[in-house]
Amino acid sequence: MAELIEIQNVSKSYWRDSFEIPVLNNINLTVHEGDFLALMGPSGSGKTTLLNLIAGIDRPSQGSIIVNGTDISTLGESALAKWRSSNVGFVFQFYNLIPVLTAFENVELPLLLTKLSKAERRSHVENVLSVVGLGDRMHHYPKQLSGGQEQRVAIARAIVTDPLILVADEPTGDLDKNSADEILTLMERLNSEFKKTILIVTHDPHAASRARKVNHLEKGDLIKEPQ
Amino acid sequence: MKVFKLIFKNALRHKLRTTLTVFGIAIAVIAFGLLRTVVTAWYVGIEASQADRLITRHSVSFIFPLPYSYLEKIKKIPEVENVSFFNWFGGIYKDKNQFFARFAADANTVFDMYPEYVLSKEELNNFTNERNSCVIGRDIARQYNLKIGDPMVLEGDIYPGRWEFVIRGIYQPKFNYTDATSMIFHWDYLNERMLQDAPPRANEVGWYVVRINDPKNSAVVSNKIDALFKNSPAETKTETERAFQQGFIASSSAIIEGMNVISFIIVGIIMLVLGNTMIMAARERTREYAVLKTLGYSGAHLVGLIMGESLFISALGGGIGLLLTFPIVAFFEKVIPKGFFPIFRIEPITVILALSAILIIGIISSLFPVQRAVRTKIVEGLRFVG
Repeated sequence: MAELIEIQNVSKSYWRDSFEIPVLNNINLTVHEGDFLALMGPSGSGKTTLLNLIAGIDRPSQGSIIVNGTDISTLGESALAKWRSSNVGFVFQFYNLIPVLTAFENVELPLLLTKLSKAERRSHVENVLSVVGLGDRMHHYPKQLSGGQEQRVAIARAIVTDPLILVADEPTGDLDKNSADEILTLMERLNSEFKKTILIVTHDPHAASRARKVNHLEKGDLIKEPQ
Repeated sequence: MKVFKLIFKNALRHKLRTTLTVFGIAIAVIAFGLLRTVVTAWYVGIEASQADRLITRHSVSFIFPLPYSYLEKIKKIPEVENVSFFNWFGGIYKDKNQFFARFAADANTVFDMYPEYVLSKEELNNFTNERNSCVIGRDIARQYNLKIGDPMVLEGDIYPGRWEFVIRGIYQPKFNYTDATSMIFHWDYLNERMLQDAPPRANEVGWYVVRINDPKNSAVVSNKIDALFKNSPAETKTETERAFQQGFIASSSAIIEGMNVISFIIVGIIMLVLGNTMIMAARERTREYAVLKTLGYSGAHLVGLIMGESLFISALGGGIGLLLTFPIVAFFEKVIPKGFFPIFRIEPITVILALSAILIIGIISSLFPVQRAVRTKIVEGLRFVG
């Protein structure tokens, strides 16, 4: 399969007062179209930072990140925002739904940035909510849903624009075992049936086992382990 | 789902906080509107001034009278078209707290000099031909339920005694800024009584009103009039009607300016109230703004969301306040004695200022939270725990 993401010599440091804290050291990684990659590692190993860099919500201190031919590390803020809206779907550990909007309205949020008509938006939203099994909960508010259902709404929101990549940061970290299994099954389905390229960050070996590939990070260094 | 709906829903997330903020803005706008109305009411006399009218008064003070004999001398100045004269009568009608302006005036010229006091021909004839008649303004007639033919009795203070009049006319204000709260009667009636009761006070005039052929000549004519009476026992000071009105209210100008300043301080207070609400709201939503950015929303979108919410709250509170200001001002207009503020209503400039203030408050109050939301990096926003 074709290379979708190329991470070349990427390093990332944060500054706390006058101290430089290195988080990622010279990372090189290639992700192919249709991959389902899990990034594992202990807390502070840099896995979430790497995911954020790939999703274009943070910038590397050094190196380049090329996604589908675009070096996103060179894009300006507004260009990067536009790029994210059409190329990346993000799933958070704590769902991060807007509490005053219904499931339908939360999923519709990314589509408001497109030129789709109201009817087209409705069709897209209803379609993805059906895919995640929440066709009958469209008009429920987040507080009226269980944790697993909220995460499924979050996944629907992440895929509604049909992005190239779906990134998920500890998507099962706040869920019970059954709900976590449902989410992982849904992600597997998105990968196998809808050919989505998925990157997840997880502590959970059970969750990582559902991915096709697993990469480990330790103290900012990538340790590649073939599955 | 529209962005406006999100703005609306965001604004109503904390119903109590938003309600209190809206309530605070509404009260502040009412206070602003009332203060501004007092300020504009105070200056209404200046607005009503005519450029072709000059006022000649005693050079020392308005309260010192001028001789009646000046009339013919002023009339002889070529640029002068007409001259009328007045005495401030004062007096008490029914109750000393019921104040309105009462003048003794030259019955033959007063309504020609003040065409903005509209009187029918019949009323004018009846007034002119009856020595003890008077004309009252429309608002006074309404306030005291007076009609033509009714007697009107004043208790004199500056001119002591009981003064009986018959109402022969009710004048209508020509413009919305024309005072409709005056009472005008014959100067001759006053003078006859002074000749009998207090001869040294007879043949005295409070001030002359001079109409000139061209407003451009006001300075020249003023100088000519004052020159006529130079070195006399009663030197004159002649100025335009506008300057006269300005001088008349100058003694109170510090209070009025104070009210003016307070009205704008109120705008500042509203800004702080709404600014505080918006800062709290935006801080609580730091993580949501980060999520929106992750979804592809740009800084401009966040500006729209936060500023839109701020403008919505500001417009809601301001709109309610402005709407309530009208009946409140109408209530005050009824209870305040007519003479204090002959015209007491919300002027268009007050509405424009209030609307501008609402808009400016909405924008400025959102600046800090907007700046914070736009500058906060996504990763920092996602880590935020409110």
